[in-house]
Amino acid sequence: MATEITIGIAGAAGDGLDRTGDTLARTAARLGLHLYTYNSYQSLIRGGHTWLRLRLSEEKVDNHGDHLNVLVALNQDGIERHAREVEPGGAIVYNGSRFKCDPALVPDGVTLVPLPVPELTAGLGKIQPVMQNTAALGALLHLVGFDLDVTADILHETFKKKGQEVIDQNVGVLRAGHRHTAAKFPALGYRWQFSRKRRPVVTGNLMVALGAVAGGCKFYSAYPMSPASFILHWLAAHSEKVGVLVKQAEDELAVVNLAIGAGHAGARAMCATSGGGFALMSEAIGMAGMIETPVVIVNVQRGGPSTGLPTKTEQGDLNQALGASQGDYPRVIIAPKDAADCFHTAVEAFNLAETFQLPVIIISDLLLGEHRSTVDPEAVSSQVPIERGEWVDALSPDDAQNGGYKRYALTPSGISPRARPGREGLIYVSGTDDHDEHGILISDEHTNPAIRRKMHEKRMRKMEGVRARLQPAVLEGRADAEVTLIGWGSTWSVIHEAAEQLDRAGLATNQLHFKYMHPFHGDAARAILQRCKRTIVVENNFTGQFARHLRAESGFTVDHVLTRYDGEPFEPAWIAERVRGLVAGRPVDLEVQEHEAREMAYHHVRIHMQDRARPARLRRVPGPAYGEPVWAVELVNRADGRPEGMLVIGASTGAGYGWHPAAPSLLGETSSAIFESSVGLPAGADGNGVPAKRVH
Amino acid sequence: MATVELTLKSLEGPVDPDWCPGCGDFGVLKSLKEAIVELGIPPHEVLVVSGIGCSSNLPGFIHAYGVHSLHGRALPVATGAALANHALHVVAVGGDGDGYGIGMAHFIHAMRRNLNLTYIVMDNEIYGLTTGQASPTTTEGHKTKSTPRGNVEKPVQPLALALASGATYVARGFSGEPKHLTRLVAGAIAHKGFSLVDVFSPCVTFNKVNTYPWFKERVYKLEDGPYDPADLMAAMEKSLEFEPRIPIGLLYRKEKPTYEDTEPVLEKGPLVDQPLGLGREVFGELLAETM
Repeated sequence: MATEITIGIAGAAGDGLDRTGDTLARTAARLGLHLYTYNSYQSLIRGGHTWLRLRLSEEKVDNHGDHLNVLVALNQDGIERHAREVEPGGAIVYNGSRFKCDPALVPDGVTLVPLPVPELTAGLGKIQPVMQNTAALGALLHLVGFDLDVTADILHETFKKKGQEVIDQNVGVLRAGHRHTAAKFPALGYRWQFSRKRRPVVTGNLMVALGAVAGGCKFYSAYPMSPASFILHWLAAHSEKVGVLVKQAEDELAVVNLAIGAGHAGARAMCATSGGGFALMSEAIGMAGMIETPVVIVNVQRGGPSTGLPTKTEQGDLNQALGASQGDYPRVIIAPKDAADCFHTAVEAFNLAETFQLPVIIISDLLLGEHRSTVDPEAVSSQVPIERGEWVDALSPDDAQNGGYKRYALTPSGISPRARPGREGLIYVSGTDDHDEHGILISDEHTNPAIRRKMHEKRMRKMEGVRARLQPAVLEGRADAEVTLIGWGSTWSVIHEAAEQLDRAGLATNQLHFKYMHPFHGDAARAILQRCKRTIVVENNFTGQFARHLRAESGFTVDHVLTRYDGEPFEPAWIAERVRGLVAGRPVDLEVQEHEAREMAYHHVRIHMQDRARPARLRRVPGPAYGEPVWAVELVNRADGRPEGMLVIGASTGAGYGWHPAAPSLLGETSSAIFESSVGLPAGADGNGVPAKRVH
Repeated sequence: MATVELTLKSLEGPVDPDWCPGCGDFGVLKSLKEAIVELGIPPHEVLVVSGIGCSSNLPGFIHAYGVHSLHGRALPVATGAALANHALHVVAVGGDGDGYGIGMAHFIHAMRRNLNLTYIVMDNEIYGLTTGQASPTTTEGHKTKSTPRGNVEKPVQPLALALASGATYVARGFSGEPKHLTRLVAGAIAHKGFSLVDVFSPCVTFNKVNTYPWFKERVYKLEDGPYDPADLMAAMEKSLEFEPRIPIGLLYRKEKPTYEDTEPVLEKGPLVDQPLGLGREVFGELLAETM
């Protein structure tokens, strides 16, 4: 087994968590480890709860996994929320001079590493509060067995522009944290084989941008929208170096029309957005289909509907991509499976867009777009194919005799060779109304059903050419599996790992993953699926959009659809556990789980109690007065641990049934039971065996 | 092939205009062709981009490259094309509903950029193609199909907006003054920077208020009096003048670097002529940034 570790960093936005995570990620990458990081941040500049997990491994990893080995808590909240998740053999690192860790929260076998930060930083000049992170990083390097000098080098590079004093201070704090921890705590015992092979640490968004420019993108337009903005930032910062003109526009209507204008003029053009911006682009995407202009549109999905979950992941826009714009028009929809695939998808998107003169939609998502992972440098290259399709540079004698250049010539392939505006002798007009071969409108009073039919067929015929170029999905893993897990886009890795977990545990499982959404190899999919024993689609949305698409395209109805729509990405064990349940005939449990009740309590504490309390004990008890079982959540004061009262949350509906402040005398187990009875709960009840579970 | 002599005839499009007889847009089309002839621009170097509406049918009626795009989107399509190939003369055309209604945001922002393109708005104060509803420039009190008790909204002031937004050539013409209009359009195409020509272009079918005689009574030419188009504040004052008289002519002109001039990526020539892809060295450097 490859050695691996998962490190979680918890704090508030503004705690400098990103920089710390970045330094750690780069350290691991320089040591030759693979990594995958997942940041569940919120749409806030300061405050809120941010939770970054880094999975570091000797082997390639493409999801954040199921474990937590070391917690680095940058605030009190981070300790309280995540201490209980740390696995035995792990550690919790925090600034002991500012925060406390209640031992009751800490699982057995977990080492507490409080750092006396003021002591460690004495004599290093005026210390910013975020320096506690650097001290924690030093401690961490010792605990997990990483090379201190590698991190010191990275800090040198990071602070180069800020001068020697800042470098010395940072490296000094790093070393102090390391020294202190090495003197007081044994390392956690990880045995690494560092290959020291340098690998890029990338995101899906970066790979889309890099793939685009390697593939000849010359024009990029965008309106700021999470989680797609990084593509804008990176391209803007590298615009001259990579020779791409970057234009921020007033809205997504402008964005997509700018790209189409540029594409029409002959430049490879791309734009990116998320679901809301994509909705605004819809009409123009249909125009690109109609006037046969190549353009690449990236939708980095986030939680919807509406503004939805701006900083959370979802695969909820497949229906939208399939349904974008009025009428039927040729288009391609591609959902890359991981960061390296984002690179190649961008290259492929331009080649398809120009060869077939149509819009190509890349569907990525927040998870794929923003997570960081290592890719092998060999997996990407500047030497990519650039296929520009068929062009006309001068008027043919035939066309000269027949009314001039036919921009929309009716051809067997449906592809009409393009002319670049500016070429002499090839003047034409592209109309969004339907038109004849020359581009002359056949709408309004000159409607011509025959020309309309043949022109419409010509456009749509291009889809057969596209389909022939796309690889059908193939079954991965054993052929004789009991269970086939089906997914699309960004979930390839997590489903892959879930399948491996299930397979290892004795439930033979394989995987069928789809990248090309449209055009779709429906027959090939059906041929595979008909031989599968039990089929389960796993996707990050409520309605099972892909399962429905699969049914529409292949005529195959899967046995189960396993969905997640709470804004969080899948984890391998999350999938495996529910798959086992489905196989055993147990529907997915949609009751409020304990950790969910705790999160709901945190929300109450933040909104109504100015963060002064934290949830302590949670019990699931019958709630006859409420018509459903309830979670009784005891809240205690953060400063002194005194009970603040009890929050009652419906275990089925999640309804907030009220807040019951504690009387000062209510302390301890017995009083708590008395208190419960006073708010309408049976005294001393526990949740075991409470029925009435709502199921999928 | 032999280059055809540039004449009004050679600039005729493949089909005849389908505008109503007497429509003001005929005059605009003619002025645009005359301006191209006057400036000696080969038609294949011209790209005419329109939105949707009666006037937006214009690209089909002129022998030049064209895109007849979506309602309200002429300017962003034109902008994308102009940035991709700044060797082209890009002319956006459309109506008041297209440009000042559904496309208003693009109108303001395109002018802020001072792109080197020309925008001709055939302003008839009505929605004609949809048979006569109030438009953004419909005058107050005007009874239309959508305002049977009279329009209560103040009309948009496109010239004032243009001046406030940074357009560097702002003019107003009238279809009933064709020679004057041609001069304005030629000046606009020759101008380096964003040029707006708002043209009173009467709708003879659906606007029975703002007719040729209505305009004839009101318009007067700025160049007939003492007027300095370099004076922004004077231009602002003229841009708001509507009753009892309406000034036409060049309100404002200023030489200023265009967006294309200030975009470093375009220093190497039009984007469409630049090489595609990345060299190994640059690619390696980009990857190294992530390690």
